[in-house]
Amino acid sequence: MGIGTRDLVKGNEAVAMGALDAGCRYYFGYPITPQNEIPEYLSVHLPKVGGVFIQAESEIASINMLLGAAAAGARAMTSSSSPGISLKQEGISYLAGSELPGVIVNMSRSSPGLGGISASQGDYWQAVKGGGHGDYHLIVLAPDSVQELYDLTMKAFDLADAYRNPALLLGDAVLGQMKEPLERKGAPYKDLPPKPWAMTGCKGREPNVIKSLYLGEGELERHIWKLHAKYERMKQEIVMWEQREIDDAELIVVAFGTAARIAKTAVRDARKEGLRVGLLRPITLFPFPEKPLQKASERTRTFLVVEMNTGQMVEDVRLCVGRNADVCFHGRPCGAGSLPKAGEILEKIRSLY
Amino acid sequence: MAKIDIEQERCKGCRLCVSVCPKKIIVIGSSFNQKGYSFPVMTDEVQCTGCALCAEMCPDICIRVWR
Amino acid sequence: MHPARDQEERSMKLVFDRPRCLKDVPFHFCPGCHHGIIHRLVAEAIDYYDMRENTIGVASVGCSVFMYSYFNVDVVEAPHGRASAVATGVKRVHPDKIVFTIQGDGDLAAIGTAEIIHTANRGENITVIFVNNTTYGMTGGQMAPTTLLGQITTTTPYGREFSQDGYPIRMSEMLATLEGSAYVARVAVDKPAHLMKAKKAIREAFRMQRDGMGFSFVEVLSACPTDWKMTPLEACARIENEMIPYFPLGVFKERKMPDHL
Repeated sequence: MGIGTRDLVKGNEAVAMGALDAGCRYYFGYPITPQNEIPEYLSVHLPKVGGVFIQAESEIASINMLLGAAAAGARAMTSSSSPGISLKQEGISYLAGSELPGVIVNMSRSSPGLGGISASQGDYWQAVKGGGHGDYHLIVLAPDSVQELYDLTMKAFDLADAYRNPALLLGDAVLGQMKEPLERKGAPYKDLPPKPWAMTGCKGREPNVIKSLYLGEGELERHIWKLHAKYERMKQEIVMWEQREIDDAELIVVAFGTAARIAKTAVRDARKEGLRVGLLRPITLFPFPEKPLQKASERTRTFLVVEMNTGQMVEDVRLCVGRNADVCFHGRPCGAGSLPKAGEILEKIRSLY
Repeated sequence: MAKIDIEQERCKGCRLCVSVCPKKIIVIGSSFNQKGYSFPVMTDEVQCTGCALCAEMCPDICIRVWR
Repeated sequence: MHPARDQEERSMKLVFDRPRCLKDVPFHFCPGCHHGIIHRLVAEAIDYYDMRENTIGVASVGCSVFMYSYFNVDVVEAPHGRASAVATGVKRVHPDKIVFTIQGDGDLAAIGTAEIIHTANRGENITVIFVNNTTYGMTGGQMAPTTLLGQITTTTPYGREFSQDGYPIRMSEMLATLEGSAYVARVAVDKPAHLMKAKKAIREAFRMQRDGMGFSFVEVLSACPTDWKMTPLEACARIENEMIPYFPLGVFKERKMPDHL
């Protein structure tokens, strides 16, 4: 299936296609359910375009290979699922501290520990609030469809390069395994940004150093404030969200990813019953859509946050909304047979309306 | 004919050069550098063959050798 | 003024100097630490093949962490133990460049064991210099995988016992068993005769990489006078008398042809 076609595609494969179409030619990964189609697809297609695929010895090795490839100036990606993303945290912190672009894909399963293989959203905190050590943020993108898995993977590469910061695509087992129509549009034509800082051999210039160690007096503080300034710029420049029927809503459901898909059905059914309900779906989890939520809370007095966990993003919604409105929560932390159903969300909406 | 030059301020007084000189003409001097290390001096330059073993062993690349 | 002698002096050539590949900055290493010698031998090898502008170094964590301050080449810093994985990423993007790491006992033989085995096993065409001083230097002298039996360290205050901590690991012998390894050698820099062989081995390792032969690895037995609580000269003697009997010097693998031919 080439660029410009439309086909029924599995979510994981859409991620892999997005990476290829974004010009990623280096992938390093390790098998873990439920994302194995990503390395498997790339093992077939990367060599065809002269790229490099390595099944590494661990998730730790693969994030470090990504660090090397990104340092060398290439677009590179790794993918895993929750426990493997835990293993990658040190490497991710190094990527952020060294200001290296790189795309990490988390097709979340259920945790903590070995947990289960079905979907959850229990990695929100890990993705958005750290996970690795130190003062940094990842650009975090949360798709809710196969099309978005494809589109946002390409976007992740662009954003990572634009800000010299790692980007994380936060999917889950349902999105990864489902099949939906995909329009493989390809990336809009543009040259990849130059990377004069990269490891390319120091012919004709002073040697480049890529590191995150700063021992001199005041050095590390300056560096961290510099990173901080980047994150503040992101908050102004790259926030993405979807909103449906919130202008007249008495109750707004806030959800991301698969939870948002399910909530959309509940919201539609609520409207059929005459309830004025809307939906706000963050697409960038970092930077978080603070302003749209604040604005909505000036009119709407009730928010219902629906997540596939026991309450993670709801804290950020509460921070945005402050005292303007009541923020309620409905969650199913998941494991086999534990996805929230549209019906139970609708019941909760009715009880709060 | 040969000679060496010892960068005294970089010396850390490890004495590896002293131990490897085949002519035994490098000795620890009586002066100290800024860091407080006593650095070596050559006692008898005429005997130096420029073998450069002192320079090879110096972990701080303090010694240059001419031959 | 001695005309004949002046003329002799003028005809003398500089035969030993700092390699171009090393910046003219003082080393931070302890007095008598062999890191300085090893850094210089690596720089000499890179200069010998005139590779400086084509070389990318990967810095590890430990006393070798400041590689980027010393080598006049592009350097990227790796997390502890992962330098060979980072080097793999760099080399796969730039197969035409020379990529090398310098790693200590903890970095390579403890936390980095999986990475070094698989990097060697894949036959990644990089050069790894392994500094074996039987201790964790930077962190103050704890036990390393290479610590000898009976050796007292800050975490083996009664001496290493095999029932508690196993035996020291011989990395060279282990890596030599892997098909992907092209060149595996163990050398020492405790005395000139050994140092000259070390120089040859390190040079050979870089030549192997230049010629696309596969994974090259040189383990260098080194002194850590500070953590061994010895003088530099006593430390050199320990290498000869205690370390070499357990970690024999030699070339354990030397491929004559690249794999792909």
